[in-house]
Amino acid sequence: MGITLPILILALPFTMFLILGIGGVKMSRKLAGTLGILANGALAVMAYIVAFTYFFSGEAQFILDGVRQQVQLFDVTWLAFTERMVVNIGFLLDPISAMMLVVITTISFMVHLYSWGYMEHEPGFQRYYAFLALFTFSMLGLVVATNIFQMYIFWELVGVSSYLLIGFFYKLPSAVSASKKAFIVTRFADLFMLIGILVLSYYVSHTPADGPLGGASAFNFMMLNAQPTNVLASTLGATFLSGSVLTWAMILIFVGGMGKSAMLPLHIWLPDAMEGPTPVSALIHAATMVVAGVYLVARFFPLYCIVPDSLTFITVVGAITAFYAAVVACAQIDIKRILAFSTISQIAFMMVALGCAYNEPIEGVHYSGLGYMAGMFHLFTHAMFKALLFLGAGALIHAVHSNDYTKMGGLRKYMPITHITFLIGCLAIAGIWPFSGFFSKDEMLAAMFNRHWFWGAWMTMVAGLTAFYMFRMYYLVFWWEENPEYKTSHHKPHDAPWQMSLPLIILAAVSCVAGFIPFGELVTYNGEPYHIHIEAPVAATSLTVAVLAIGLATAMYVKKNPWPTRLKNMFPALWQAAHRRFYWDEIYMFITHNIIFNIICRGIAWFDRHIIDGAMDGMAAVTNWCSVRIKGMQSGTVTAYVRWYFIGAVLLAAITWICLL
Amino acid sequence: MDLTILWYIVPSVIMFCAGVYGFCTRKNMIALLISLELMLNSADLNFIVFNRFLFPGTMDGMVFTLFAIAIAAAETAVAIAIIINIYREIGNTDITSVKQMKF
Amino acid sequence: MDSVANIILYFVVALCIAIFSVLTVTSRKILRAATYLLFVLIGTAVFYFQLGYQFLGAVQIAVYAGGIMVLFVFSIVLTRRPDDVAPLLDSHRRCLGICVSVAGAVLLLLAFFFMPLLDGMSLTQCLESGKEINMDTIGNAFLGSGRFQYLLPFEAVSVLLLACIIGGVTVARKR
Repeated sequence: MGITLPILILALPFTMFLILGIGGVKMSRKLAGTLGILANGALAVMAYIVAFTYFFSGEAQFILDGVRQQVQLFDVTWLAFTERMVVNIGFLLDPISAMMLVVITTISFMVHLYSWGYMEHEPGFQRYYAFLALFTFSMLGLVVATNIFQMYIFWELVGVSSYLLIGFFYKLPSAVSASKKAFIVTRFADLFMLIGILVLSYYVSHTPADGPLGGASAFNFMMLNAQPTNVLASTLGATFLSGSVLTWAMILIFVGGMGKSAMLPLHIWLPDAMEGPTPVSALIHAATMVVAGVYLVARFFPLYCIVPDSLTFITVVGAITAFYAAVVACAQIDIKRILAFSTISQIAFMMVALGCAYNEPIEGVHYSGLGYMAGMFHLFTHAMFKALLFLGAGALIHAVHSNDYTKMGGLRKYMPITHITFLIGCLAIAGIWPFSGFFSKDEMLAAMFNRHWFWGAWMTMVAGLTAFYMFRMYYLVFWWEENPEYKTSHHKPHDAPWQMSLPLIILAAVSCVAGFIPFGELVTYNGEPYHIHIEAPVAATSLTVAVLAIGLATAMYVKKNPWPTRLKNMFPALWQAAHRRFYWDEIYMFITHNIIFNIICRGIAWFDRHIIDGAMDGMAAVTNWCSVRIKGMQSGTVTAYVRWYFIGAVLLAAITWICLL
Repeated sequence: MDLTILWYIVPSVIMFCAGVYGFCTRKNMIALLISLELMLNSADLNFIVFNRFLFPGTMDGMVFTLFAIAIAAAETAVAIAIIINIYREIGNTDITSVKQMKF
Repeated sequence: MDSVANIILYFVVALCIAIFSVLTVTSRKILRAATYLLFVLIGTAVFYFQLGYQFLGAVQIAVYAGGIMVLFVFSIVLTRRPDDVAPLLDSHRRCLGICVSVAGAVLLLLAFFFMPLLDGMSLTQCLESGKEINMDTIGNAFLGSGRFQYLLPFEAVSVLLLACIIGGVTVARKR
């Protein structure tokens, strides 16, 4: 494969960003929207060609003896600090980046199309498409990064575009504060990631040039991932921390992923990010950007495996987050918030799956890299059905003009397309055969049971909760009791226009069949194909749990009944805590405002205000005082100036002369 | 009786101090300019005198006097242009009424 | 020993310069002040001739007495009637002016008298020891770029004059 397509894949969205961003104000909505959609369609086609060439062409550079290879289609030097500290910009093609190309361009295209209908009447339509193009560019650059530094640059760029899109409705104070919150929290996490990157690259670049790692760039993924043992060796004995240096570095890098992927305790930004336009939530905060953390772990997988403690850390964080987010999602009223917490929970699921993977054969385990494959599989299927759910929620909001399920109810009669597609999305996320979520979830649970029965059981419970809260939302929105306002209102809720319905139908179709993709043949941790087979006990358990949870939700919510309220009144404290997301925001507010601002910053502010400002003010005051005193000398009379000048000259001459005598 | 350097310096000093007096006391801008010319002229005379009596072999003083005359002419022309402009603006050439540079 | 004619010429011119320069700054009629200035400038030109700088004396008369004086007279005529009389000076201003200028004169003269460097040759000796400065020498000095030659200042002055022409026109033109 030449380098034309890879370069075009990066250049096209960036050019679109420039064109729409600079020339957008002069364009009509129609032109801007058409341009954006066409460019993204072309982009999707190019990404499909690249991915299909990689997976199915059988070329020797892509698949060698049945093992899929990592290929750098191009890799040019951008900054050279030292001989080993070189920052490149390139295009890395391997199973996960090829898969991500497909996911990003597909969802991005769907969202572009959908936004045409959804954002039709919003001011700043052209700006919106420009930001979408910027996001697509940054996300593509992130997944094809050949080295840590390129990844970090694009990592920050997706953060910026996410910030811009969350704060798209910049006249709403809540949107502005949500965008700031998202940016600050993820930047805070990225600080740790940067430290981790620096620690890692420092030790790698300081190994002797004739050693096993000699001659390679300290940042390059292929080098790092091909020789994890040598990387570990290069850090051994370097400090008193010995081998744990690498563990620390990998955990610090993972903290960056925690920020982007909204893992506990850095999850607080994602629910608020729902203030952005709903298609943006579908693209960025459900399908692509938030899984960057998972992608990060997958990208560094060999290094994480060489230090198993970091994998354990990932597993624990993921497991706690998954459960927490699932519980909170059961007690939310805003449908976008429910979906946001469901996203957090599902991403945590992938994290646990990755954490449960091994990179070498283990006794008694038929396939040790199952967690990796399953996590990636779930990333793929989740992107599709979660984007579907978000876009469906967008259609609901478009029809009802509220995010609140209390304003909905009984909508199935009014919006049949949305109803069917939403139901498919719910079935997929709940893990019901034959929808895509079932297959990926089954593989993930199998991997977790392989690692330890506890993780498997715990995550099965989370899967049950997932099914419950999704169907709770589904029933409350589409069944329950019809909102009486619909009858009286002259503006009845109805299905969205075709630009919005078409993506829903396409994504629903994908969610129905994606499970049958032989994913194991395509994406595995070492490139060797693996034949997926359903593990009957695991599948049966998870299916039973899901069906039970759906049954419970049906019993509770299909028709209006007092039971949910009664249950809520039975455990008021629990409901309140879950509804307030277990007070995480309050804890953060307490820490930042009461502790950091009040105690630490007050002293600093005092110092700044009185010592630094005081010194400056004092200088200004002294100057001012002097100038007021002497400004009378500047009378504006030229003769007076001459007089003073001459008197001065005479005095100087006299002094000089006296001194010379 | 010899005509030494001091003989020529005395009228130069008188000329210069007359210029200073004029510059300090007069109010008419053209009169100020005339006083200025007196001072410049005395400086020119000094250049020549020093050149002649101290360094008779060279011609530096003379050359610089020539330059000074050229510059004095230029300066006078510009100054008179400014004075005429001011006269057009405020109707007189009194230096005390031009006080915009104050503070 | 200088010739008597030279000494007499010196005294006449020196007296002339002293008197007319004082008159220049004390006269209350501005046109008269300009005329007195003309006499001072001519006196200076005579000194230049006496000191052996014929070219410089000619320039002094041509540029100063000819050019600048015409400018002065024109500007005086443009800005006020020629018979206008300046108001009497207040005693404070005059006192201050006298103090400053007399103090300056005394200081300068004292300095010159006590400077040991300055007593030396007479005018005749100097004129004999110095070589004659003719137009040829001056022309070479102005247009050469060697030691004791002044091409660069010459060019700088010509640019300055051009700037002054433009500046004068710009400043004085009617808006």
